[in-house]
Amino acid sequence: MKPKLGFFDFTGCEGCQLEVINFEIELVELLELVDIVNFREAMTEKGEDYEIAFIDGAITTESDISRIKKIREQAKIVVAMGACACLGGVNCLKNLRPMEENLKIVYGECAGYYNTIPARPVSAVVPVEYELPGCPMNRHEFVRLGKALLLGKKFELPNYPVCVECKMAGNVCVFDKGEFCLGPVTRAGCSAICVTTGRHCWGCRGLVDDPNVNSEKEILQKHGLTVDDILNQFRIFNGYLEVSK
Amino acid sequence: MTQLNINVHHVTRVEGHGNITVNAKDGKIEEITWEIPESPRFFEAMLRGLNYQDVTWLAPRICGICSVAHSTAAIQATEAAFGVQPSEQTMLLRKLLYHAETLQSHVLHFYFLAAPDFLGVGSVFPLINTHKEVVLRALRLKKLANDLADLLAGRKTHPTSCVVGGFVKFPETSQLRTMQQRLTEAMDDLKETVKLFTGLNVPDFIRPTEYIALKDPKEYAFISGDISSTDTGTAPITDYLEMTNEFCVPQSTAKFSKHARDSYMVGALARFNNNYSQLLPEAQKAAGELGLKAVCDNPYMISIAQIVESVHAVEDSLRLIDQIVARGLKEEKPEVKVRAGRGVGAVEAPRGILFHDYTYDDKGVLTEANYVIPTNQNHNNIQKDMESLVPSIINKTQDDITLMLEMLVRAYDPCISCSTHLLEVRFV
Repeated sequence: MKPKLGFFDFTGCEGCQLEVINFEIELVELLELVDIVNFREAMTEKGEDYEIAFIDGAITTESDISRIKKIREQAKIVVAMGACACLGGVNCLKNLRPMEENLKIVYGECAGYYNTIPARPVSAVVPVEYELPGCPMNRHEFVRLGKALLLGKKFELPNYPVCVECKMAGNVCVFDKGEFCLGPVTRAGCSAICVTTGRHCWGCRGLVDDPNVNSEKEILQKHGLTVDDILNQFRIFNGYLEVSK
Repeated sequence: MTQLNINVHHVTRVEGHGNITVNAKDGKIEEITWEIPESPRFFEAMLRGLNYQDVTWLAPRICGICSVAHSTAAIQATEAAFGVQPSEQTMLLRKLLYHAETLQSHVLHFYFLAAPDFLGVGSVFPLINTHKEVVLRALRLKKLANDLADLLAGRKTHPTSCVVGGFVKFPETSQLRTMQQRLTEAMDDLKETVKLFTGLNVPDFIRPTEYIALKDPKEYAFISGDISSTDTGTAPITDYLEMTNEFCVPQSTAKFSKHARDSYMVGALARFNNNYSQLLPEAQKAAGELGLKAVCDNPYMISIAQIVESVHAVEDSLRLIDQIVARGLKEEKPEVKVRAGRGVGAVEAPRGILFHDYTYDDKGVLTEANYVIPTNQNHNNIQKDMESLVPSIINKTQDDITLMLEMLVRAYDPCISCSTHLLEVRFV
C-alpha cells in the first residue's frame, strides 16, 4: 500500500508548499510512490484518511488550535515544514507587542472583526515527529525525509552550525566584513545559502542543540557587538523561544 | 420548490483560503457572499522597529508565491524613501528577475490551478497519467523560471541577493548565455501551450469593470511607471491610497477596495487592457491566436492573458540578456545613504498591482508600513462578478453553478496568503 499524505497550511506565506510543487520532474517520480489525498493549494479532492500530515505555517488563531489537534488525531506522523511551523518564525514578531495593538495598527477601526492569539510553533500545541526547518524549508531535506520514511530508516537533521557549511562553501566570514551573523549558533542544512549569495545568516533554521554560547560571545566581543545586537537579529525567526523562557 | 445551497468552504487550488456562499429559493437569490477567513499576519505591525535591510529581506515572507514582487516593491519603496537611484544595470537585472517570477507564477496558475477544470479533473496529479506531455511541459517551464531566479537572486522563494541599491551577487556572462539558450527553447513550449489553451472552452461571461495597472510609456510595465485606470487615466504611484480606497467588511480578514465604480480589477487582464499595444510581437501573436482582444470584459480570460504575458516575459528576457551582456556586466556595489523619510514602491505582482509604503527614521529603522495587495483589490470585483453571474446561470444544476463560481475565483488566481489581511462557497 502506498502511504497516504496530506498537506495542511496554517498561518504563513505558503512558500513551503510551493517548494513541494517546485519539485519539478521529481514530483512525477514522488507521486508514483505515494498517494496525496489532501492538498488544498493544488487539488480539489479532500481525503481524510491521511497517515502522514505535512504542516506549514504557525498557529495563530483559536481555530488553528482545534484544527491542528484534529489533524494530530488522524495522522500517525506529523511533519512540521518551514520556520513558521517549526519555530513560530516571523509570525512571532507580533508577540512582542499586545495583540490589541497589532490589530489596531493593521485594521484600525475594524480591529473588532478579527481574532488573533500569540503566534506559536506546531510543537507548542501537539507532538511533532519530524521538523524540516528553514525559511523556506530546504527541498533536498524534504526529499531526504521522504526517502527515510518510505524506507523505514532514521532521519536526523545536521547538528552542527551553519559556519561548517559556510566554510565548505569557501565564503569570507560575515563578521570579518563587519556585519552580524547568526551562523555560529544556527543549525546547518541550508548550505549557508544566504551567506553564499552575499548576505548573512538570520537563523531561520533555529538553534543547533547545545549552541556554543561562549564562543558566540567571544566573536561578538571581538567585533565590538553586544548580546542585544544579536538578540534583535535572533528574535526575527526565534522570538518564540525568548518569550517562552 | 427548488432550493439552491452552495457552500464551498475553502475553495481549492487557490493560494489561500476563501469561501463562497449562495442561497437561492425558487430561482430567487437570497445571498451571494465571497468570504475571506484567512488568518491575519500583521506584517505592517511586525516589521516596525527593524532596520531597512531586515525589512526588505523579510517582506517576501508576506507571500511565498510572489516573493520576488514583494522583495522588489519593498526595495523600491525603501530606495524612494532614501533617495537612492538604482543604476541602469540594476534595473535590467531586476526586470529579468521579475520576468522569472511572472513566468513561474503564471505557469503554476494556468497549468496546475486552472487547467484541471477545463480538462475535467480535480488536480494536476491525474494528468500525469493521462496528459504526461502537458505536465512535463509545465514542469520544464517552471524549472526554467526557478533556475533563472536562482541565478539572479540566490533563490526564487524568498530571494536573498537583491538589495536596496542593487545586487550583492552577480551571474557570469556564460551563465546568462546558457539561460538565454533555454529561454529560446522555452518559446516552443509556450507555443504548444498557446495551442492547448486555444482548444479549451472558456466560459462566456461579460461584466465591464474598471481596470487598474501600472503604465510606463517606455514598455509593458511590471516594475516602473504610474498607476493607470481604464476609467480615469494615470496618476503617480504616491497617490495610491486615492486609487485603492481599502475598506473592511465583516465577512473577511482581507480588506476590499473600490475606485471609480463599485469595484475594479487588477492582474494580467487589467494589465493587458491598459497596455496591450506595448506587448512584444510574439506575445501579440499569441493574443491573436487565443482570441484575446482589448478591452476584454470576461474575467475567465485572465488565465489566457497570463499565457500571453508569459510569452512576453520570455521574449523580453531574451532581449534583456542581450542588453546586459552587451553593456558588460559589472560587479556594482550598492550605495545607500540612510535618511529619514517615506517612500512608496509599486510593482505588478503576477496577480496585480502591489504597493509597499514605508516610513523610516534617520537610522533606517522602520517606523510605519502600509501594504495594498493585489488580491485584496480584486475581492470586491469577484463579489460583483458573482452577483452578476449567478442570476444568468440560476437554471443550471447546483454542481454546474458551483463549478462556474469556483472557476471564476480561480481565474482571478487569488493569492490569499498575500491578502495578509480568501474563499468558501456556501450554497444554502
